[in-house]
Amino acid sequence: MVRRVNEINSSSTADIAFIILVFFLMVSNMDSVGGLQRLLPPMPDEDQKVEQQKVNRRNIFVVKINEKDQLYAGSDYIDISMLKDKAKEFLVNPNNDESLPEKENKEIEGFGLYPVSKGVISLQNTRGTSYETYIMVQNELVKAVNEIRDEFSKEHYGRKYAALDEDKQKIVRQIIPQNISEAEPVDTKSKKR
Amino acid sequence: MQAIGTSSLPDIVFMLIIFFMVTSTIRETNKKVIVKIPEASETAKLERKDLASYIYVGTPIKTEQAKYGTDVRIQLNDSFRSVTDIRDFVAAERENMNEADRPFMTVSIRADINTRMGIITDIKQELRRCSALKIMYSSRKPSSTE
Repeated sequence: MVRRVNEINSSSTADIAFIILVFFLMVSNMDSVGGLQRLLPPMPDEDQKVEQQKVNRRNIFVVKINEKDQLYAGSDYIDISMLKDKAKEFLVNPNNDESLPEKENKEIEGFGLYPVSKGVISLQNTRGTSYETYIMVQNELVKAVNEIRDEFSKEHYGRKYAALDEDKQKIVRQIIPQNISEAEPVDTKSKKR
Repeated sequence: MQAIGTSSLPDIVFMLIIFFMVTSTIRETNKKVIVKIPEASETAKLERKDLASYIYVGTPIKTEQAKYGTDVRIQLNDSFRSVTDIRDFVAAERENMNEADRPFMTVSIRADINTRMGIITDIKQELRRCSALKIMYSSRKPSSTE
């Protein structure tokens, strides 16, 4: 004759679960792993240096931050709120202005010919610049690129860049590259090394 | 008066556990520096968390200040290091990675907002020298959305 096994007493499951909960609360941190991604330029070879500097002046948009966290962009000291629009104007160059970057017709796979801007944003800072300001400036520049990408995506695909699929995002990335160069600060070498 | 039924309590707590397990990452290093991550509205998520190495930059926490002072310091893994140690750190992190994943290694710089760029620049130059070119400035989305 089979005896029915008593039901396992489950009143302590709550306690056990609470202990596990407390454990996870203690060992975990909630901060997200997000940030601004950047690709550093490789260390230049010594004999290569001269050639690299031959970039046309109109193709460079210089953004400088000094040790007082003042912002110098293009040819003027400006406020950070104006930086995004200035950067956008530089990268889009809607009227094909002579002083703004030239465009090169490139064959983009899956899209066709498109005049891709040759503009490069050069971000320079000193050793005394605060990190907070630096990130704020970086953020504005990234925002400028992202907005141009969004506008392009909306015009051609009817959706925002983030909503596109992988292939189309790649096309948009090729058409509007994120050319932000972080030059070596001018005074690094003089002070150290 | 009837007692409130507690039979669903374990289920509720388990639900909470699952929530915390999903939303959190297990802390790998003990932070020895105070880091207040800057805010940036264009923060993008890192696709592969396992490919990231972290460099912490900030002032030492209170209990370590007697030993290390209040100057901005670099923390790699669990200890304070100097800029020149980054090379070994990067090499070690690379070694721990799958061969196929190595080109995608990202070095995440978690620096305090009050840091000066000088030390960050030194870190960047050192990273360039050991050709760890993919970097990320850690930031978080601003709490108030514009």
